[in-house]
Amino acid sequence: MEISDAYAVQMRGITKTFGSFRALDHVDLDVKKGTIHALLGENGAGKSTLMNILYGFYKADGGDIYLNGRKVRIKDPNTAIKHGIGMVHQHFMLVENFTVMQNVILGSEVTNHLGVIDNKKAREKVMGIVEQYGFSVDPDAKIEDISVGMQQRVEILKALYRGVDILILDEPTAVLTPQEIEDLIGIMHNLVKNGKTIILITHKLKEIRQSSDVCTIIRRGKLIDTVNPQKVDEETLAEKMVGHSVKLIVDKTPAQPGETVFEIDNLSVKDRRGLEAVKGLSLKVHKGEILGIAGVDGNGQEELVEAVMCLAKAENGTIKINGNEIQNTTPANAVKNKISTIPEDRQRRGLVMNFSCEQNMILEKYNQPPFSKKGILRNGEVRKYTSELIADYDIRPSGCEAMPARGLSGGNQQKLIISREISNDPDLLIAVQPTRGLDVGAIEYVHKMLVRERDKGKAILLISLELDEVMSLSDTIAVIYGGKIAGTFKQGQADEKTIGLLMAGGGQNAVNS
Amino acid sequence: MQLTAKILKKPITSALISVVFGFLVAAVVLSAAGYNPWQAFGALFSGMFAKPKYFSNVIIKATPIILTGLSVAFAFKTSLFNIGAEGQYIFAAMVVTLLGMKLNMPAVLQIPVLVLAGVAAGGIWGGIVGILKAKYGIHEVITSIMLNWIALYLSNYVVNLQAFHQPNSTGTYPINTSGYVMLLPTWKYSDSGKAFLKRIPWLKEVMLKTDVNFGILVAVLMAVLMWFVLYRTTKGFEMRAVGLNRDAAEFVGINVNRSLLESMVISGALSGLAAAMSVMGMAPHNISTLAAFENNGFNGLSVAFIAGGSPVGCIFAGLLFGGFLYGGKNVQSEIGAPSEIIDIMIGTIVFFVALSTVISKIADRLAKGDASHA
Repeated sequence: MEISDAYAVQMRGITKTFGSFRALDHVDLDVKKGTIHALLGENGAGKSTLMNILYGFYKADGGDIYLNGRKVRIKDPNTAIKHGIGMVHQHFMLVENFTVMQNVILGSEVTNHLGVIDNKKAREKVMGIVEQYGFSVDPDAKIEDISVGMQQRVEILKALYRGVDILILDEPTAVLTPQEIEDLIGIMHNLVKNGKTIILITHKLKEIRQSSDVCTIIRRGKLIDTVNPQKVDEETLAEKMVGHSVKLIVDKTPAQPGETVFEIDNLSVKDRRGLEAVKGLSLKVHKGEILGIAGVDGNGQEELVEAVMCLAKAENGTIKINGNEIQNTTPANAVKNKISTIPEDRQRRGLVMNFSCEQNMILEKYNQPPFSKKGILRNGEVRKYTSELIADYDIRPSGCEAMPARGLSGGNQQKLIISREISNDPDLLIAVQPTRGLDVGAIEYVHKMLVRERDKGKAILLISLELDEVMSLSDTIAVIYGGKIAGTFKQGQADEKTIGLLMAGGGQNAVNS
Repeated sequence: MQLTAKILKKPITSALISVVFGFLVAAVVLSAAGYNPWQAFGALFSGMFAKPKYFSNVIIKATPIILTGLSVAFAFKTSLFNIGAEGQYIFAAMVVTLLGMKLNMPAVLQIPVLVLAGVAAGGIWGGIVGILKAKYGIHEVITSIMLNWIALYLSNYVVNLQAFHQPNSTGTYPINTSGYVMLLPTWKYSDSGKAFLKRIPWLKEVMLKTDVNFGILVAVLMAVLMWFVLYRTTKGFEMRAVGLNRDAAEFVGINVNRSLLESMVISGALSGLAAAMSVMGMAPHNISTLAAFENNGFNGLSVAFIAGGSPVGCIFAGLLFGGFLYGGKNVQSEIGAPSEIIDIMIGTIVFFVALSTVISKIADRLAKGDASHA
């Protein structure tokens, strides 16, 4: 394709290496003006790297960038903004206790000749944008008081306020409810109608088909294909993304739930600020059942897990495993009562990144035989055990026993944690966001493992912000909202709309079973 | 290039480069002040090695700071910054002196009792910091600085109590000789001892002119033992896990608070051991009123730092430090340059060790440059 001003962005032969790793290998990209262009790829495929080069975060080792048919050099994000490129990152960069208004103008305030902020003028400008694109945000609300979806709009508003024409959205739907995703897609269409161009980084196939005009697929740093997402199905997209065919539907037989293993009754937990985050929550998990908790981030999920692991104080209520109450004891006691957890934040809670894989593997078992004897570690046993698990769970690179966990990819770090927790032979396995940040292949693997443990008769508590994951994996779906279970359904009993509504706090008296 | 990068990334390399920079900066300062740096360095090294007794004194000087260095390095492995080694040393020295003076048992009992008392005293002083940290979350740097001063003034108060104070001096009575840990302290002054030593002049010089003691053996043994504890035992595993990632350690059921406390007790005990070895192994075998800190603990911070937190590295860093401290006196007496030049050197070395991340960044860049040319 030749360079022309019909294209907002054209990238030619972009190459980038990190150390000896080639993140991008002569990638071309053509984004037509006024379109929504999706960049699809697995984690680590290079899509974010490509966009970070466009936004001036990284310097490419080779290749050229053309904006509106003119060659440009983008040396830092400031230059990018000057050229009309804006980027909304996965993690928002907002000042929590500032208002929406203050956040939007921060860094490019409208001032009068004395250098004092001209609030009236600034407000006019911001409100103009809000009305033009149909954002419904309250300019005087503080960031800490508004929902994640709203915060995202503030980020977009920030970019528009700076006059950008090309907006890069990095995994924008990861933190949103289904309704919020619909709203976002609406806003995106509105922006395009007003002449903006949007580049959407994502690995969610469904949204691409709902929102985008063009989709470019990147795999292992190479351009694979550019397709019209309306004309291909999700399976084809997934196959192009990972390079082989994948099953998008979790393969499992109906559950055969047995007796109750785990029971929470009327649990209340306060968060770090001292506010009640879990408010009288009750649930039961049976043997051989996956109970999935669906919900938007910040509705008490974190505090619930912390209370079960005895890291947070249960103000009220009981937590019982196999009939024993464990609330307000110690994490060691929870582990001893055969609760194992795949934590949400694997780098913070799950692994000691500077420990080797084998040291991480015995993190809970170091003081049990055969890994130690009379307080002395037995390295031979540790190595043997780790090698077995590395082989069983296909943790790569093979032979990584003595390598620091930091050196593994995210998917392999997760495999390490999963193998460790499953080999504890727990009665209750808690999996919190077990596929966060993993690519399609690894997600399939993690799901298979959870189903396998279920079929062995384990009770599994799945907590995830990905509604699709909860809906496809769980035998029983519980929706958490405001620290309470807002509704419980058997798989297949409720559709995405019903659950999405409950997640957002809507829905009248839900069926409580 | 890859090889250069690899070598640059080794901690020992950054320590050595820092030492070279220490000498360079000292040379510049000396030249600016009108002294010949070569002469000054010559005086420094002859002050360390020219005579057997010099070298013996270097080792004696190094012994306590190897141990306090170990103390700091050990706490650092659990991410605790034990700036309180100084206070733990002072408190333990006081306890050892008082007990050593009041108890008079046979050496086989006296020595172990005094050593254990020193270890326990240091452990308690460090443990207070640990408890305050574990129970109330008070930062260890704050509490240990406070405890340094408390130990200093407590010690000064005790020195001046009538029961312990030696009249017409600034110190207490010395400990009883049964608590001495010098090498053959009575034999070497006996007739047969003198007769024997006469035949070996260097040994005679070392034995009779310096307080050769068992401390260095204890220090080396402790360094190896601490390495073993950290890397081969379940306790050490816990402590390192807590040090590297407290959140993960907590999550898998390790008792983080207990681990922090244990680490502070062991750290304090090592400083206490340093004090016991000094009081029992060197003249004047007592404690005196302190006008200021003697830096036995603070020097341990520098030693641990130069050693990169490695227990075995503390032995070498401690010897280097001891050598500078002792040999540095010769710089003043021989060429008249102020001995503070040694402090500048040590300061520069520590400064460049702190900058060692820069060196590893340079190494990264080298490796990267290499890859992009490939």
